[in-house]
Amino acid sequence: MLDVRSVTKRFGGLVAVSDVSLTVPEGSITGLIGPNGAGKTTLFTLISGFQVPTAGEVLFRGEDITGRAPERLAVMGIARTFQIVQPFAGLSVAENIAVGAYLRHAGRAEAMARAEAVAAMVGLADLDRPASSLTVAGRKRLELARALATEPQLLLLDEVLAGLNPSEIRDIIPVIRAIRDAGVTILMIEHVMQAVMSLCEHVHVLANGRLIAAGTPAEVVGNPAVVEAYLGHGAAGRLQKGAANG
Amino acid sequence: MKAYRSLLVVIAALAALPLAVPLLVGAGLFAGPNTFYNLMIFILIITLAAQGWNIAGGYGGQFSFGHAAFFGTGAYVQAVLQTRYGVNAWVALPLAALLGGLVGAAIGTLAFRARLRGSYFALVTLAFAEVFRILANATPITGGAAGTLVPLKIGLGQMQFASSTTFFYLALTFVAAVLLLNRALERSRFGAWLVAVRENEDAARALGVDTLKVKLKAITLSAAITAVAGALYTQKFLYIDANIAYGAWISVEALLAPIVGGIGTVLGPFIGAVALIGLGEAAKTAIHAVFGSAVPGVDLVVYGVLLIVVIAFAPRGLLGLFGKFDLFARFGIFGKRGGR
Ligand SMILES: Nc1ncnc2c1ncn2[C@@H]1O[C@H](COP(=O)(O)OP(=O)(O)O)[C@@H](O)[C@H]1O
Ligand SMILES: [Mg+2]
Repeated sequence: MLDVRSVTKRFGGLVAVSDVSLTVPEGSITGLIGPNGAGKTTLFTLISGFQVPTAGEVLFRGEDITGRAPERLAVMGIARTFQIVQPFAGLSVAENIAVGAYLRHAGRAEAMARAEAVAAMVGLADLDRPASSLTVAGRKRLELARALATEPQLLLLDEVLAGLNPSEIRDIIPVIRAIRDAGVTILMIEHVMQAVMSLCEHVHVLANGRLIAAGTPAEVVGNPAVVEAYLGHGAAGRLQKGAANG
Repeated sequence: MKAYRSLLVVIAALAALPLAVPLLVGAGLFAGPNTFYNLMIFILIITLAAQGWNIAGGYGGQFSFGHAAFFGTGAYVQAVLQTRYGVNAWVALPLAALLGGLVGAAIGTLAFRARLRGSYFALVTLAFAEVFRILANATPITGGAAGTLVPLKIGLGQMQFASSTTFFYLALTFVAAVLLLNRALERSRFGAWLVAVRENEDAARALGVDTLKVKLKAITLSAAITAVAGALYTQKFLYIDANIAYGAWISVEALLAPIVGGIGTVLGPFIGAVALIGLGEAAKTAIHAVFGSAVPGVDLVVYGVLLIVVIAFAPRGLLGLFGKFDLFARFGIFGKRGGR
């Protein structure tokens, strides 16, 4: 469904994303993990059209969409959430979601009905209150609901679980699975390994802008290069020694 | 229909206002009926200009400091078409709206394509209005510095009326129509997208909103409405020059009225225009009574004070203040800011 081909993004001297290639099969939940500053969010901005790659191309259903504007990609069926949530603070929860729903439903009644259905699906209640009054968990759900209201085929989730407590995470994991089961392909950036292990079929690992590993969550977690990327040089060896000794 | 009921009540109350004129004059509030009607007509014209501003500025968050560019275009088109080309006043008016809208679209295209936002957008609109003012002052077709005088010729066909009550109703018709249009806009997809652009452009784009297109539509509609206000001004006063038509005064009124009344609300522009112009007139009268002569600029002082008071104590405008009272909230007289 999504094909990222040798994509590179430079910011002046900094190479935030370096020659990254990956594919997201239709109907999958694919994970993108890596330490902070690895370039994960930047890769999302390249896929979703907010920034243009320095080199490489992005294909969606075989069509070259490199550099296409985000609003056009949304029409094509690509939706994203923002790591730093971006609610329409002056609007109610329902109105926030309706903005997304209006993409496929021009009439107010249908858009509002669609917004309510999506809100129910992600577990948001009390839709008439201002979005600014939501808790962190509520805002994350709102971010998810708005993107979902555009009825995407591909959903890009940027750390929707960050900042949630363990019980909130437990609550939202089935929601994400249900979205996939409803036919939406998902590419998710996630730090919460519990969620990655339980949701993703396939995981790509980014460090310093480069893909350093890919595979099932279990394979990737056992990969020494991945452990070192997270914990520093030589960490994998130390861990293994620790395990052998203990 | 429920969403429109409160507006219809307000419109009916305004339409019934002439019934109260004898009382107001009797109470000594106005020197005579005409004093009252002239003030009300002026308030309605400013309201209309402000309603236009409120669409791009209030709902869309694109703060223009140069709505004089649209007001003046409407005023001049209305005057010049009649005096130089013999066009009928009723035909000239929609053309004034059209040309005003085109000027809005042109300025919007230049400013929004260049991704101007916030104070940069405000400054560019201000600059355009100033350029128009200087040009209108210098070109023969507008009458140059001497201005343009529309000959007095009372008659329905000329949109000139013997009774100021008639002009009051004409102005009220436009204001009422835009009130209803505004409510419809709030409840439409375009309105939702416009408010989304104001709140967060990146989030709006991610949801498929073509922000450039939305902003262009908004500034075009905004400009066309403000241009109608200019055309009505021409019809009411039958004289315009560059400082009236393209002067900073109208840019200021058009943006202050919604800010004072309640930005991004349907009734905000009207409430603000009443407060600004009403208080300005009251201050003028009071000063005259005390000093025995007029003190120029006293209304500007009143505007400044009112603006400071509103920003300090009612950042959502006078309507936001009223909204705190149960009575108004219960009957939903005043909508809330944004997308209802
Ligand atoms: N617009 C930008 N301009 C300059 N540097 C940027 C920009 N966006 C991201 N970066 C840099 O790119 C690197 C990757 O950032 P990011 O993609 O946010 O990482 P991640 O999401 O994996 O934590 C960081 O060093 C960040 O500072
Ligand atoms: Mg990130």
